[in-house]
Amino acid sequence: MNAFAKEISERSGQDLSRCYQCGKCSAGCPSVEWFDWPNHGVIRKIQLGAKDELLKSHAIWMCVGCETCGTRCPNDIYISQLMDALRNMALEEGVKPAEPAVMTFHQAFTGSVSRFGRVHELSMLMEYKLKSKDYFSDLGAGMKLFAKGKIPFMLPKVKGKGELDTFFKNKGKG
Amino acid sequence: MELSFYPGCTAHSTAWEFTKSTEAVFTALGHELKEIEDWNCCGGASAKVVDKMLSLGLPARNLLIAQREGRTLIAPCAGCFNNVRRALTAYEDGGEVAKALEEALGEKWKGEIEVWSLVDFFDREGAMEEIAARVKKPLSGLKVVAYYGCQMVRPPRVVGSSDWENPTALERAAEAVGATALEWSYKVDCCGADLGISHGGHCADICTRLGEEAAKAGADAIVVSCGLCQANLDMRQSKTSLPVLYITELIGEAFQCEGRQKWWKKHLTDPSGLFK
Amino acid sequence: MERIGVFLCWCGANIASTVDVHQVVEWLRDVNGVAHAENYMYMCSDPGQELIKKAIREKNLTNVVVASCSPRMHEKTFRKAASLEGMNPYMVEIANVREQCSWVHQGDKDAATRKAFNIIMSTISKAKANNPLETIRVPITRRALVVGGGVAGMTAALELAEAGYYTALVERDDTLGGKMRRLSRTFPYHEDASAVIAPKIEELKANDNIKLYLRSDVTEVSGYVGNFQVTIETRPTEGEDGAPEVVTEEVGGIVLATGYDLYPVAAMSEYGGGKVPDVIDGLEFEELLKESLATGAPVKRPSDGKEVESVVFIQCSGSRDPEHHKPYCSRVCCLYTNKQATLLTQQNPGAKALISYMDIRTDCKLTEEYCQGNIEEKGLVYIRGRVSRLYREGDAVRVWTADTLTGEKLEIDADLVVLAMAIEPSVGAEQISKMFRAAVDTNGFLQESHIKLRPVESSTMGVYLAGAAQYPKDITDSVSQALATASKIQSMFASDELHQDPLVALVNPEVCAACGLCVPICPYGAREVDERARFSRVNEALCQGCGACVAICPNKACMLKNDTPMQVLNQIHTFLGKEEPAQ
Repeated sequence: MNAFAKEISERSGQDLSRCYQCGKCSAGCPSVEWFDWPNHGVIRKIQLGAKDELLKSHAIWMCVGCETCGTRCPNDIYISQLMDALRNMALEEGVKPAEPAVMTFHQAFTGSVSRFGRVHELSMLMEYKLKSKDYFSDLGAGMKLFAKGKIPFMLPKVKGKGELDTFFKNKGKG
Repeated sequence: MELSFYPGCTAHSTAWEFTKSTEAVFTALGHELKEIEDWNCCGGASAKVVDKMLSLGLPARNLLIAQREGRTLIAPCAGCFNNVRRALTAYEDGGEVAKALEEALGEKWKGEIEVWSLVDFFDREGAMEEIAARVKKPLSGLKVVAYYGCQMVRPPRVVGSSDWENPTALERAAEAVGATALEWSYKVDCCGADLGISHGGHCADICTRLGEEAAKAGADAIVVSCGLCQANLDMRQSKTSLPVLYITELIGEAFQCEGRQKWWKKHLTDPSGLFK
Repeated sequence: MERIGVFLCWCGANIASTVDVHQVVEWLRDVNGVAHAENYMYMCSDPGQELIKKAIREKNLTNVVVASCSPRMHEKTFRKAASLEGMNPYMVEIANVREQCSWVHQGDKDAATRKAFNIIMSTISKAKANNPLETIRVPITRRALVVGGGVAGMTAALELAEAGYYTALVERDDTLGGKMRRLSRTFPYHEDASAVIAPKIEELKANDNIKLYLRSDVTEVSGYVGNFQVTIETRPTEGEDGAPEVVTEEVGGIVLATGYDLYPVAAMSEYGGGKVPDVIDGLEFEELLKESLATGAPVKRPSDGKEVESVVFIQCSGSRDPEHHKPYCSRVCCLYTNKQATLLTQQNPGAKALISYMDIRTDCKLTEEYCQGNIEEKGLVYIRGRVSRLYREGDAVRVWTADTLTGEKLEIDADLVVLAMAIEPSVGAEQISKMFRAAVDTNGFLQESHIKLRPVESSTMGVYLAGAAQYPKDITDSVSQALATASKIQSMFASDELHQDPLVALVNPEVCAACGLCVPICPYGAREVDERARFSRVNEALCQGCGACVAICPNKACMLKNDTPMQVLNQIHTFLGKEEPAQ
């Protein structure tokens, strides 16, 4: 196994050598149509050591983590775990993501958690909108939720937030 | 029975009515939900994208709080439940990750308490009889489909599900309060919530299909047990406008719980018409 | 005083490149009791054996130790050679200096040389205490029993009967023919399966040497190779009252041909768990085809009798899925699925046949040409990819799959879905395995005693395996294996008596308290407490010398011949270079 495949395998805890390319993962995937290669192709690319292509791919950001592939896989390979490992690696190495909006959202979300201990939807969504420069999509839906009182102003507070500092401090260190 | 309760961040925002109806139903059943002290976010779908240890550390802290409180922990939101179970699995698997969690949080996981979803609560022996006995207004004639999505059933090993392709707990609960639960083939498909904010259009495609399939099955409403599934399906079905109810809201209606008018007001598609 | 000869084999370079064979011989020459020591390139060769014989002759040896490969390889060879010179073969011992020394210590010649010497010394200490033993002779009952009346069992029974031996055939169903009766046509020639099997059934019924037990089960087995007692229970015909009839057959050889069942569709939750109409298994589709071929009417689907216009065949359903189902390949599905799709297009002209596959495995004679020919001529569409899920969608079954060759995800609606379900051992195989003490493998198939060289022998002597009970097989292979079992039994029946190794357990009646612990622990049923004489006897014909009774005996009344506790302890002490304990 090449060094890259080995690293992904270790980070994700998945045994890539078991894949026999049956494609059952791709057959049940809800987001495969937005991938550069189908799910089994992602595994193949890892096996072939195509690190740059993968870290720059849409696939790693478009996986919704539904775990359908892993659950039905005859060889117990959870592709979402591979996708997470690839995303972690892309962030650590500062690779420009093919789907910046997805990354920006996840960063805004964890940013909010690191500030408050819980998610504060309003500030999180504002941060996302500003950073993604995507000001108008879903505005209607958002306004409706806002009108329903589902996006409160009040900031959450977690007293023991400091207990989580280690995790935030160490994040992105592999 | 007394249960530790993990409400999750959406409890005070997008899933306000989930929390309220859960509390009302548990009170009516004579169970007490004790919100765990000073809980933090479970990490949602985002922490794991950013960093693996962060995604386990967040729910692990909540587990440790529950451990101190010594009761079974219930996390009704499927997303939260899934994350807590991932931390639990990491502890159970032992090894480096468990050791790192222990070190970072300064406390040992002893494995003495259980973690439940609503499905686990419904799967208890006698649970359905308990619910049926408190029905004040049977929901006869109401046809629903149950939607579990991903987080409650997958990965089976992590969440402890035994029938991940065709779970039936939500249907049984709906039937226990007099509603008719219909068969359909999309109950464990994904709603695409992960992409809800960044790719609303993709998510809408998925939700639209789910709405259409539910309508085709003959449902008046979709019953869920996840804050994200509810928000997504309620907001993003484009060809149908089926109300999307939390299972606890359905039970709460049958129990005629106080304050449920306020729950309905939180829905984008008003479900109150179903109960006339 | 013993006069021991030690013969150290080089095994070409296998031993000699790691062990200093000359040094070892030097050391051996100084050992008390060693009358002869030498090394040679290949002891098992004719000149090698001649060296042993010559030394026995000329130096009047009392014991021989051959230091070579595992005793599994050549113990028999060397014992035979020694016996030709009049030495009792059980005075010959093998010191394994290849598998247990040279192969595992390559690169450390000094240590390996010392270890080889220690192994040899340890073996010498055992050999010294050996007693001459006589081969156990067992008479043979020249009658056979076959369990299972499918094509394999019928073939074996007929073959034995035609050779003139009385053969009892036990079948739990009330008809013969097994799974073949359910099949439509066979590949590659599309012969009518029933028409192929029917004359066999008639032949069998007409053969006077065959005693047929239909609606019958084996309930008890005792005895040993050449001398089994098998109890058979026959249920009354359906609708008739009365107790089952019980008969005991005395037989010398047994064939187990208990066949297969299909892994249930209900176990495939992602394929609807058996609850989706018009999703059937391969055998059910055989029956639909059979009816269609018999009547000339097109194949109709079970739910509403609609004429089938599109069928998705899913290969490897439950097979090659180590995580959820069966890890193995069921071997015949590729072939029968192709046949089924072909017959479908013949019976329902214009019908679409789509086959979901991972690989196409055509490992039987003519089947590659057959399958490829059908693809070309009948327009069968093969889609490479495993189906993720299927469900009812309106009037159709919807199948989610992928075409891994193009990378596309597909949703296909079909009138009917045929699952080529994994083949598993038939219901009851586990009890059969226990009763006959025939081991099963991790998948529950009856296990051959050596996968290459003893493919039809079970783990119990005198019990042979035929057909899909051992592993999924097509008809051709089942018949071949059945003929092999019949031939094995005939060769046993051709001798006057059976010869068995005398390395069995021995009881000291003075010490035995008749506590009976050795009876249930014995895997071969060789122990029995003689209540009158108040001690536990060993049935030497059954005993395989495993030593379980020796380990469990609280009084140390049991021991193995030429493997006594004292011999074993001496070996350990010698190996560790310690003084031999006092006798």
